[in-house]
Amino acid sequence: MASATPAVRTGRLTGTRASRRTWTDRIMRSVAALAAVACVVPLAAVLIFVTINGLAALNLDLLTRPSRAQGIGGGAEAAILGTIQMVALATLIAIPFGVLAGVYVNEFSSRRSARGVRFAADVLVGVPSILIGVFVFTFLVLPFKQYNAFAGSVALAVIMIPVIMRTTEEILKLVPGTLREASLALGIPAWRTVLSVVIRTGLPGILTGIMLAVARAAGETAPLLFTALGSRLVNVGDFSRPMDALPLFIYTNARQPYELQNQQAWGAAFLLLLFVLTVNVLVRARTAGRRAQ
Amino acid sequence: MKDPDPMPTDLHPTPESPDAARSTIDLAEATDGVRPVSPLRPSVAPAPSTEATDASDAAMSGRIETAELNVYYGAFRAIRDITLTVKPHAITAIIGPSGCGKSTFLRTLNRMHEMTPGTSVEGTVKLDDEDIYGPSVDPVALRRVVGMVFQRPNPFPTMSIYDNVAAGIRLTGRRKHAELDEVVERSLRRAALWDEVKDKLKSGGTSLSGGQQQRLCIARALAVDPEVILMDEPASALDPVATLRIEELMAELRVNYTIVIVTHNMQQASRISDHTAFFTMGPDRAGYLVEMDETVQIFTNPKQQLTEDYVSGRFG
Amino acid sequence: MTHLTLTARSNRGAGRFADRLFRGSSRLAASVLVALLILIAVLLYLNSRLTWQTFGLAFITGDTWDPVAGIYGAFPFIVGTVLAAGIAVIIAAPIGIFTAIYLSELAPGRLARPLTFMIELLAAIPSVVIGLWGVFILAPFLRGTVEAWIVSVFGWIPFLGGPAYGIGLFSAGIILTIMILPTIVTISREVIGAVPTSQREAMVALGATRWEVIRRAVVPFARSGIIGAVILGLGRALGETMAVTMVIGNKDAIPSTLFDQTQTIASKIATSFSEAQVGIQTSSLIALGLVLLVMTVIMNVIARLLVWRVAGPVAGE
Repeated sequence: MASATPAVRTGRLTGTRASRRTWTDRIMRSVAALAAVACVVPLAAVLIFVTINGLAALNLDLLTRPSRAQGIGGGAEAAILGTIQMVALATLIAIPFGVLAGVYVNEFSSRRSARGVRFAADVLVGVPSILIGVFVFTFLVLPFKQYNAFAGSVALAVIMIPVIMRTTEEILKLVPGTLREASLALGIPAWRTVLSVVIRTGLPGILTGIMLAVARAAGETAPLLFTALGSRLVNVGDFSRPMDALPLFIYTNARQPYELQNQQAWGAAFLLLLFVLTVNVLVRARTAGRRAQ
Repeated sequence: MKDPDPMPTDLHPTPESPDAARSTIDLAEATDGVRPVSPLRPSVAPAPSTEATDASDAAMSGRIETAELNVYYGAFRAIRDITLTVKPHAITAIIGPSGCGKSTFLRTLNRMHEMTPGTSVEGTVKLDDEDIYGPSVDPVALRRVVGMVFQRPNPFPTMSIYDNVAAGIRLTGRRKHAELDEVVERSLRRAALWDEVKDKLKSGGTSLSGGQQQRLCIARALAVDPEVILMDEPASALDPVATLRIEELMAELRVNYTIVIVTHNMQQASRISDHTAFFTMGPDRAGYLVEMDETVQIFTNPKQQLTEDYVSGRFG
Repeated sequence: MTHLTLTARSNRGAGRFADRLFRGSSRLAASVLVALLILIAVLLYLNSRLTWQTFGLAFITGDTWDPVAGIYGAFPFIVGTVLAAGIAVIIAAPIGIFTAIYLSELAPGRLARPLTFMIELLAAIPSVVIGLWGVFILAPFLRGTVEAWIVSVFGWIPFLGGPAYGIGLFSAGIILTIMILPTIVTISREVIGAVPTSQREAMVALGATRWEVIRRAVVPFARSGIIGAVILGLGRALGETMAVTMVIGNKDAIPSTLFDQTQTIASKIATSFSEAQVGIQTSSLIALGLVLLVMTVIMNVIARLLVWRVAGPVAGE
């Protein structure tokens, strides 16, 4: 027979309302929601404390003065200039390699080599950044027995290249094939097609990826520890010598036993965080906006 | 001039299939005489009474009545004012051109449309005189009574055949192995799959052919002991041989369950169903019910011109 | 079709040259990327050869690091690395997986989007900033609350006894938890979202509650991808440097309690490298790096393969 024993008619369709299963369902769903909240709490905590302590430490000196000779007082001028220079150079190095590699994977490669390159990029992203620093040390610092900012830039570039490659590749994947076909049908050579048509179409997305990589590089400390080393002196333009950077400045000042130094660390951290988060928020807002269209 | 009945009138099932099928399912006691409307239907009696005269019979029989049922996706009305009755222990087919809301309607019968956010329902749907959209009704409980089989077979790939069939029963915590064994075997027999899988119950749910997977899904639905089984184009993703087996299975299941099937295949509807409802899309792009009647009537002597046009192949 | 292999069609001389140049340079760029990976391993090995020749594989099991005596052993740092990462994964995995489930299956869209955004922002915070916050805010907080509580309730178990300084293994583990949560959440969310609707429908049609659908149909389907996400988080935790260096106490020894100071491979390299003398000392630090490289690459490869199996090639982490 169809139903076994639905003895109580009204209970048949209302059966599970107050049962153990319903309670389990409600409890577990609440647990999941709580977990999500737990993820956001650290973010709020970091933002709040860095902002409070950072703003308190922020003054003109911090931005415009170099560190004092004894290391107490002064400002982060060297660090700010250093970060700007080294990240700029790193970006210049990383863009051609990253973008072209992304182009190769998406436009010119066979399926197999595409997968291999993609896999290599993903593994490279997972290599601890301190090891990248050690790696660059072995051929750009050790042979010359000289810490230098160029090695720092190269280390940052190595970190940026796989990131740029992956985002470029993802963006190019979205460009419709019909665009390429139309261009080729018009007699435009392949290289021109990719350059003028495909890349230009994907340019906003590629730029977005580059900006995210820049924000990441600006925040990296470990790869600079044994390459650029850091410095108290302001260094503008001399990449053959050590150079300071904001993350290095924060690290060094955080470890000092003097409160003034610690305050400077907070101030610099605030600046760095402001930059990194602004880039991220702008980028993601733009991506979300574009996706919504 | 109406076309002659487009369905084959002389279809001899291969000797082994109906007998083999009969020997592997539990038949309810035969009661009334034979109603041989379609050769595919076994000549063993269907439900005792198709009219809700006896209250207690109606209570347990799986009769569905909808009244002025409308379904909205947001502000867009997908289905307009459907009023019909699904008779228990019979196969009701819903036919019509694509996009006219057949599947949407089917899903309102077990509240599956609630999986899609933004859908809303107006009107009533009653299962044995109980409004399934009533405030005290739990959709979870409703779906045990009204089961569903989908167009593409969807067995759980991480579970064995045994575990697939037992999946629904395990939800209510029944865990005693002997009990589970019994239900699994019974369900697989009723789905005409037992003989083919009884030696490999532990192997993966997706190791079977398409037709077997669909019968596995049917067994899974049967295991929780529903009254009504909704089928959304259950054979459309299968090859003709597998389709035939599913149709034979449905004819057997009719004895114990109420079956509602959505199909775009008119011949299938005319072969296996007792009643047929014809839907079409109105000028406002909402689906509505044109005509519902006994299958013989719909296909040989429909009352609406639209119906006649459709079944004689003039459109859709 | 997402990828067209454009074949050279232009026959004009200059065009053909430009075409070859473009193709060639793009292939070069891709090769450089692959070469980098190999080069890193090779250079790390070459520059640590002295250590391997001197100690052989006993370097990995050696528990003394004494530059004065010239004895170098990686074991305490391996233990510290594994313990800190282990704490992080044990705490972050359940929280991360539940969060991913919430964001993917349960949260309404207008809540899920900002939450997802915020978790991605957490991933963007530089490690040194989190370390700064960890040293001055988190560690003292933990010392006064969680660590004190654990010691008072479980202190009779040797490993969980005090004293609790704040700075130490436990704080490092918590900091790592915070840092790998976004990784686990993001990737788990992707694989859970990749579970086909038909699977959910099948479970719903059997009369399952929302949680039962998740537990019995969605998560089992996505299981290998979720494990991959956790392993990726583990890989990240193994290699994380700055935040850990700042809160772990930098003591070259196997921690005697959960709250003891210790050292990970990354923090050892970070603190000792610049003062190290070129020779066996630098070589040994680089050898440490090679050990870390092997650990993280293996984790990464396994994780990526698991994730690819469920959700296809997934970009970013």
